[in-house]
This record gives sequence, structure tokens and C-alpha cells, in this order.
Amino acid sequence: MTLLTTIFAAIICTVLWYINAPESQMNTGILCLMYWGASIMWFVDAVFEYVEIGSEYFTPAPIDMLNDFYLGLSVVALGLIIWLVVLLIKDPKGVVKAVLFKK
Amino acid sequence: MACFIVPATEAVITTVATKALQKKESQPEKVQVSFDGITTTEAVKIPFSKKLKWLNNLLWGGSALLAFEHVWHGEVTPFFPFLTATANPVDAAEMLQEMATAGVGMTVLVTAVWGAMLAVSHMMEKHAVKSAATLPPAK
Repeated sequence: MTLLTTIFAAIICTVLWYINAPESQMNTGILCLMYWGASIMWFVDAVFEYVEIGSEYFTPAPIDMLNDFYLGLSVVALGLIIWLVVLLIKDPKGVVKAVLFKK
Repeated sequence: MACFIVPATEAVITTVATKALQKKESQPEKVQVSFDGITTTEAVKIPFSKKLKWLNNLLWGGSALLAFEHVWHGEVTPFFPFLTATANPVDAAEMLQEMATAGVGMTVLVTAVWGAMLAVSHMMEKHAVKSAATLPPAK
């Protein structure tokens, strides 16, 4: 469930990046790569788990699914926070700098 | 248990390599390209260091989110010894085994995906330059 949540986040971010690229200054590319990186890593984790427990991997207990989904949403939120911090520090539109230095 | 350490280690290496490469890279030359096959425009190819940043973002982002998952499951703590598996030799051996299998697997797959991205982007760049060569130059 965590893997699926992250993959959907990565797909949505990639679509948003494509719609707004190349003029966009929102640094959504960073967010895309972050989610894709995590998705690839969890995919490898899932493969190892599948090898270990077999088809049981596809029939998780509802409580485990809920917990994994909760984790997935938390991961997506953390990714968004990291992206927001990077965006505000890089400040490509100069918004933060404009606030700090009023004419 | 601590599989994210392997891609994070590669991320440190590639970040250092990116910084070193950025200092060495010269100004990229301008080329005629066509994005739509109808009109041409003058553009510069993005440097390799920029493409290496894709790998950095994949590795750092993935490792950070994976580290959070380990904190969630209580495998990483904010106090010494940081990795709970290091508390006893049996868990430590299992952790090292996981790093050697899943950790290395993650790192290899992320790097392979980045390699595929490089190959596709190289083909797209070549196609854009080739397609511009068949069209009249930009005014």
C-alpha cells in the first residue's frame, strides 16, 4: 500500500511537471524524482518480500493495509514538506527575497 | 532494517562527483534543434552534471523517505545506537544481510533507471539536432 501510494504521488507529480514545464519555476522535478526514487526502492523491497512470503504478499490483513496506507500518506506529506523547504530556500521566483527586502 | 544506508552512501558519492564536475565543465556550445520537426531554434544541451543531479535527487529523495519508513517501524531511533538492530549480534547480522541484498538491489535499480533516462534523453537530443539539420536555419 505504501508502494502504491508513492507510485500514484509520483505519477501525479510527473503529470503536473509535464503540464507546467519547461517555464515552471516551482521545482516540481525534484518532487517527481524524490517520489520515483522512493517508489523504485519500495518496489525492490516488495520483490524481496514476495520472494520470502509468496502470494500471501497480495492478501494483506485489512489492519496492515490501513497502517501501510497511513504510512504512505505520511511519506507523501514528508516529501511535500521537503520540496516546500527546497523551494523556499532556492526561491526561484524571488518571492521570499522580495518579502525580506521591501523597496 | 537499514537498507536505505546503501543508496544514501551512493548519493553522497554522486553529490561530491556532481560538485567536482560542475567546476570542471566548460560553457556548453549552442546547437540548432527542432522540437516539433517544423521550426528550428538555437539551444544549448544541458551539461552532464545536471543529469547527474537527477540521480542525486532519486537517491537522496528515496533514501530520505525510506529512512522515515524505518523510523515509523521503530528500526531507526534519534538516539544511540540509532539502528535498533545493532543492539544484538543476531539482528545486526540480519541487518547487514538486508543491506547486502535489498539495499544493493535498490541502489542498482535506481542507477539502472537513471541510466535508461540518460539513454532516452541522449536519443531525444540526437533526434532534435538531426531533425533541425533537415530544416532551414532559424532567423
